[in-house]
Amino acid sequence: MVGGVLIGLASVWLLVANGRIAGVSGILHGLFAGPAGNTPGGRAGDRLWRVWFIAGLVVAGIAWHAFAGPASVRQGFGVGWVALAGLLVGFGTRMSGGCTSGHGVCGLGRLSLRSLVAVAIFMAAGMAAAFVVRHPLGLPS
Amino acid sequence: MIAYASAFGAGLVFGVGLWISGMATPRKVLDFLDVTGAWDPSLALVMAGAVGVTLAGFPAALKRHPIEKRSDLNAPLIIGATIFGIGWGIGGYCPGPALTALSNLSVEAFVFVGAMVAGGLAHRLAFD
Repeated sequence: MVGGVLIGLASVWLLVANGRIAGVSGILHGLFAGPAGNTPGGRAGDRLWRVWFIAGLVVAGIAWHAFAGPASVRQGFGVGWVALAGLLVGFGTRMSGGCTSGHGVCGLGRLSLRSLVAVAIFMAAGMAAAFVVRHPLGLPS
Repeated sequence: MIAYASAFGAGLVFGVGLWISGMATPRKVLDFLDVTGAWDPSLALVMAGAVGVTLAGFPAALKRHPIEKRSDLNAPLIIGATIFGIGWGIGGYCPGPALTALSNLSVEAFVFVGAMVAGGLAHRLAFD
């Protein structure tokens, strides 16, 4: 709950101070593939704030490990599965114009019907995929 | 300059929130998504906390910075959310947690982020 409140505060802060939606997939795609047609508020150009936001995310992890100890990284989960998952997440978030933060935290916060539909769909698809990966396939994750 | 410092600060607080909540630990995310296993519903509270804050803070913020709001439900929204959800359920990472997990210096975090960028580029090649 505390973590969620911090995520919400950071999202409100980025909108108030920078006029930007804290949608992490949109922030990342804006650096490489360019803003997607489905992403509200996405504008070409002005890339540096994206780099600084992502740097903040990474530094947060470094600070957290210094405080709480190193993260336990799972063993035995194949790198091919990781790559497939990353490709699907990158492709799907650019296509739908958002992820857990953009559609979830921000879109629901502004009562967007599109985001509500996206969240319901990616939650259901995520649950189905996690079931298949863990039970029929039995991957160690 | 101030805008960059502000974006950095937002990323920092966002990232700490991801670690405190457990969102940056793929095993915990999969324990949440896999409702048939030893289900861990705690991430629903994280979402509730985050959305509670944005529900309260966004109306005033959006008055200051209006951002287009669409209401059409098109195929890319629905298909894209399905594809994203499948990737999330396979790996246990969504974009924010994957980026902050680069701090682990783990192979899987770097492979995931590289593939995520490639996936966005593939979408641009195919559809833009």
